Amino acid sequence: MVEWDFLAVFADFDLLMTGLLNTLKVTGLALLFGVPLGLAFALMRLSTNRPLSMIAAFIIEFFRTTPPLVQLFWFFFALPILIDVRMTPFIAAVVTFSIQSSAFFAEIFRGGIQSIDKGQWEGAKAIGMSYSQSMKRIILPQAVKRMIPAFMERSIELLKTTTLVSTVAYADLMFQANDLAQKTFRPLEVYTVVAVMYFVLIFVFSQLSIAVERRLARSGESTVH
Amino acid sequence: MSEIVRIENLHKSFDKLDVLKGIDLSVSAGETIVLLGSSGSGKSTMLRCVNFMEVPSDGRIYLHGDLIGSEQNGRMNYRESELCTLRTRIGMVFQHFNLFPHMTVEQNVMEGQLTVLKRSQTEARDKARAQLERVGLADKALEYPARLSGGQKQRVAIARALAMDPDVMLFDEVTSALDPELVGEVLKTMRQLAEEGMTMLVVTHELGFAYHVANRVLFLSDGAILEQGEPQQVLKAPKTKRMREFLDGHSLFKLPD
Amino acid sequence: MNHSWDFATIFQNWPVLWVGLKGTLFIFLVTVVLGLAGGLVVGVCRYAKSQALKWPAMAFVEVFRNTPVLVQIIWFYYAFPILTGIEVNPFLAAVLGISLNTMAFSAEIYRAGIQSVEPGQWEAGKAIGMTYNQTLRRIILPVAIKRVLPALTNRGIEVFKMSTLASVVAYVETLNQAKLIADLNFNPIEAYTAVAVIFFVVLYPVVQGTYVLERILRKSD
Repeated sequence: MVEWDFLAVFADFDLLMTGLLNTLKVTGLALLFGVPLGLAFALMRLSTNRPLSMIAAFIIEFFRTTPPLVQLFWFFFALPILIDVRMTPFIAAVVTFSIQSSAFFAEIFRGGIQSIDKGQWEGAKAIGMSYSQSMKRIILPQAVKRMIPAFMERSIELLKTTTLVSTVAYADLMFQANDLAQKTFRPLEVYTVVAVMYFVLIFVFSQLSIAVERRLARSGESTVH
Repeated sequence: MSEIVRIENLHKSFDKLDVLKGIDLSVSAGETIVLLGSSGSGKSTMLRCVNFMEVPSDGRIYLHGDLIGSEQNGRMNYRESELCTLRTRIGMVFQHFNLFPHMTVEQNVMEGQLTVLKRSQTEARDKARAQLERVGLADKALEYPARLSGGQKQRVAIARALAMDPDVMLFDEVTSALDPELVGEVLKTMRQLAEEGMTMLVVTHELGFAYHVANRVLFLSDGAILEQGEPQQVLKAPKTKRMREFLDGHSLFKLPD
Repeated sequence: MNHSWDFATIFQNWPVLWVGLKGTLFIFLVTVVLGLAGGLVVGVCRYAKSQALKWPAMAFVEVFRNTPVLVQIIWFYYAFPILTGIEVNPFLAAVLGISLNTMAFSAEIYRAGIQSVEPGQWEAGKAIGMTYNQTLRRIILPVAIKRVLPALTNRGIEVFKMSTLASVVAYVETLNQAKLIADLNFNPIEAYTAVAVIFFVVLYPVVQGTYVLERILRKSD
């Protein structure tokens, strides 16, 4: 029988808490940059300017079809050679996950915008609103409400994907766990505790997102003509 | 009477399909013109060309004698900003209302005034209240559209268009999506507008409205105006076989003897 | 930008990359088959009336959907052997992590598919004397699986991308080999760009195919 011994883990628990904070920091920053960037890509993708739309489509598809770990390695190891910047694990992580999640957010925005009834565009056009006015005041406010469930699901995926930053030595929760496991020689306890920490964090967010989704469904997000 | 809208040789085709094949029309101030025709005759497309919801394939449209767009090498060019300004002067009401569901009734009526005409909040609100009063819905100002009946929604849509102080109003089958018992209140509002002297172009299947309210009735068939004239003449003594068949199809409509 | 691109070193090291590609393909096939087949079992259990089947399936789905797959792989690699005494090599750790994760995600897809079938279908099966299992197998699942085919294809695409995580425990796959080439030839730009392009070239047609599939299914439904 294995003897579980969590004492060593809890003695250095602040190490894991630092990791958890860093995980949340990378996730938060990636959302902060990724959402506006995703909106920009979606607007480009929907634009009637064909070259612009095709460039956006390529960027979106490229970042959706290549593995995030490959992207991370590329930004961390390759980019500093290409352009002369001092790359840190933190910058590489934020850049990678901002762009990677923006590609997914772009598709969510596009789906939301396209789901809005054509009549809404016509109603706005008929009172003299321009394309950008209609988009900003009439279409997006309605689209964003419909996007919320998909948006939250993607954010949770992002939170899970940030574990990859440990491979370029950014001190997120996963990295701190590796560190602690080596230090304490108690990988079973360390990795189990960390798995539980991730589970609690993600489970809480998932439940929250389900609750919000239910409320939205109940508030009858009706498309009234 | 002064001319407000003039349409010359209007053509519109979608891909290979010619929907409008040369329409000429002059609309004078205060006139109510009803466009009749079976589905596919091009009447809605014609209406939508007047405020450039659809850009004409050929032809010219004048508002107050001013040509819309500019001509280059025999082709008309339209700038989007010019069309936006034009649309503030030509109100339009749709079959499916197209109210903005995320805004209250009052905000719906204020929206164009604020974002397009750049009126102040106070001015826009006063105007919105006045227009809602005009269509008999002042008490619904703070409701969301979802809480209104179809007839009420359509009257809000009319108020939203009126709030822009348009020179002419376009009505595109505005009662077709309504339950029969709600049609009356919308037609009554439109009749009241006509009597107040609003210039109106109306696409409808309500022959009673055409008969009692219109100054002029146009009958479109196959993308062209087949008959036109005063309603008493066109509806009671149609000259063409097509028009007679069309009227026979509307058996519910009994002309007063 | 004065970097001169030089892909020659990549082509010279093609055999190294080829070994990695075979590794990627192998682990993809194993995990996608285990994940999608196992997910069907879990999904059916999740929908079952029996509480003894329903609750364990639900707990399984929640645990594996709500933890990052990298944590699962690492846990199976470092913690699982201590707990069970079973020796776990990189391949096994990655296969366990990725397939169990995929099982949990696809279970939810199958369940949504089963729930989307009209209740009348169950009644029709019952009315001609079929048992629950017969109705499920012969009437419900064929319709349900057809409906969720695009979602399953998307899962498959995710699994293919996920296979790169096996490199973290040093399983020999494409990214792992690219890292090797990059370290030996000092050409990370070309090495990682090559891997990105390989994944894009393989997956882009599949993604486009999924769109087509969605359109066909929508029409036939």
